Amino acid sequence: MTTVDTPAPATFVRRKPPARVRRRRFLLSVANHSLLIAASVAFLLPFFFIVMTSLMTNDQALSPKIWPHPFAWHNYVDVFTKAPLWRWTLNTLLYSTLATLGVLVSSIPVAYALARLRWRGSQIAFMLVLIALMLPPQVTVVPLYVMWAKLGLVGTLWPVIIPNWLGDAFSIFLLRQFFLTIPEEYLDAARVDGCGELRVLFTVVVRLAKPAIAAVALFSFLYTFNDFFLPLLYVGENSNNWVLSIGLSEFRSLHQVEWNLTMAATLLVMAPVIILFFLAQKAFVEGVTLTGVKG
Amino acid sequence: MSLSSAGDAGALVAPASVSLDRTKTRRRAAWRRRRLVLLLMSPWIIGFSVFFGYPLAMSVYLSFTHYDLLSPPRWIGFANYHYLFNVDPQVWTAVKNTLWFIAIAVPLQVLFAFGIALMLARARRGVGVFRTIFYLPALAPPVAATLGFVYILNPATGPVNTILGHLGIEGPLWFQDPAWSKPSLTLLAMWGVGNTMIIFLAAILDAPRQLYESAELDGAGPLQRMRWVTLPSISPVILFAVILGVIGGLQYFTQAYVAAGVAAGQASQAADVSAVNLGYPLDSTLFYPVLLYEHGFTDFQMGYASALAVLLLGVSFAVTLVIVVNSRKWVHYGGMAR
Repeated sequence: MTTVDTPAPATFVRRKPPARVRRRRFLLSVANHSLLIAASVAFLLPFFFIVMTSLMTNDQALSPKIWPHPFAWHNYVDVFTKAPLWRWTLNTLLYSTLATLGVLVSSIPVAYALARLRWRGSQIAFMLVLIALMLPPQVTVVPLYVMWAKLGLVGTLWPVIIPNWLGDAFSIFLLRQFFLTIPEEYLDAARVDGCGELRVLFTVVVRLAKPAIAAVALFSFLYTFNDFFLPLLYVGENSNNWVLSIGLSEFRSLHQVEWNLTMAATLLVMAPVIILFFLAQKAFVEGVTLTGVKG
Repeated sequence: MSLSSAGDAGALVAPASVSLDRTKTRRRAAWRRRRLVLLLMSPWIIGFSVFFGYPLAMSVYLSFTHYDLLSPPRWIGFANYHYLFNVDPQVWTAVKNTLWFIAIAVPLQVLFAFGIALMLARARRGVGVFRTIFYLPALAPPVAATLGFVYILNPATGPVNTILGHLGIEGPLWFQDPAWSKPSLTLLAMWGVGNTMIIFLAAILDAPRQLYESAELDGAGPLQRMRWVTLPSISPVILFAVILGVIGGLQYFTQAYVAAGVAAGQASQAADVSAVNLGYPLDSTLFYPVLLYEHGFTDFQMGYASALAVLLLGVSFAVTLVIVVNSRKWVHYGGMAR
């Protein structure tokens, strides 16, 4: 990508490679593209099968036919009457929105303190963030469940929302990595202008870190939208507060629902995420790259 | 930088001629700085103590007790651990299943992601479209993706076995067969490899171009360039992906839980998803976190579940320690590559 530092030796006239080499390159390129196309088809096939099944009648979904005949568009209406999809969606949005807000509000200041302020213990604190990030949630889940049970909040979504308002390890980590890349001069300029450290954070840093903040918000929203384990523990027994992931997993057993409708619901649950991706593709790819390359 | 809170040290070495006033101001500045750090860090300090430190300590304590949530915990010493290591036959099954996943599915995922990233890096046309196609499945919510796969791979009428049938191959029983359930989950995991693929692609594209050019001038073929240029320059990222894979493998739960429940319901036609189905078929998808869930949250044996959690903690902590100790190396490389 960045080849600016390469002194361009292109002033020499590049001789055309001999025909033999060119032919080999061409064949390699064709082979490469054919493989890519084959792999793409394999990756798209599951989506294709799910879409097709979601448009079949029940009888046909239980037969080995692959193409719907006739197309049962009505499935997408029936699915809403068979299961309280709207309520699950509302619960999911409540969880995802409140959790994402909390992650942003609580993690940005922490990441700033870890990245840009010097204080004794900041290294240790960062190490603890990393450890919290890497240990499986199952390690702490039993006492936490006991704690929420004693507070009488098992059955509600609060046990999965509240912790997000007190710092999220992954978001702190990602934001810190980004804050480290902001040149000190920008911050100093603001400080010279008489900004306090808090003003520097909330005006200069937040503005400069917009891409990273967008990525964190996106990841947090996705994570909570997809989250299954924690909602299963806390609202699994209370179907009023089910989120989409729980509802979908119980979909078939609950309503004796047919496969065609199950696939329609599956697709409806995938849809928001995929739409979100196409709306924010750049933030996605940048964010994923940020997690890895800076890892 | 004037940011360091070395106020105390500064006060100590200050010559005696400096007035008390100045020391005071300096102390006050240091105090204010400490207060600022404390203010900014406070959400995490509270969150870390309440939602991590406390339950971690509590897990260790509860693992030495019998606790069913109804009556207070009763101290029983090492009885839980004795049962865990010497009696419970399911623990070994769960450990084996989890190790299977880490040893087979994780390397396959990494290799697969690497292969796709390599092809994408070489492609001249349509890179954007291909990248989107390979990334999309990674976005599919795990529960939805699992449901889709259980249907697509259903042995009797599923599209995959239908197509295999047309080709004259008798398809396996996939999620219904103890020998095929983990490979089926592996396929599902490989479908969702998009995140790793994008990280690899970025790293490959960031590899210094002049290295390739000088390698080519030295007469290195494509394979040699791959071995001596591509691999070394993205090795930190590969390590990172392997580590993430291992951590993910240790907590693998959702797909196993959903697949077992739905496949069992499909087999019995009663479509009754209950705790009995955990690990279906024949405990072949009973991964360690599933076992922990079963003891803790369907049987409410909180003491025994805590013992299982402490063992998981030990293993994960060892893995984490290795990572954090070695992180300097690859964090540094990562910074260079960027």
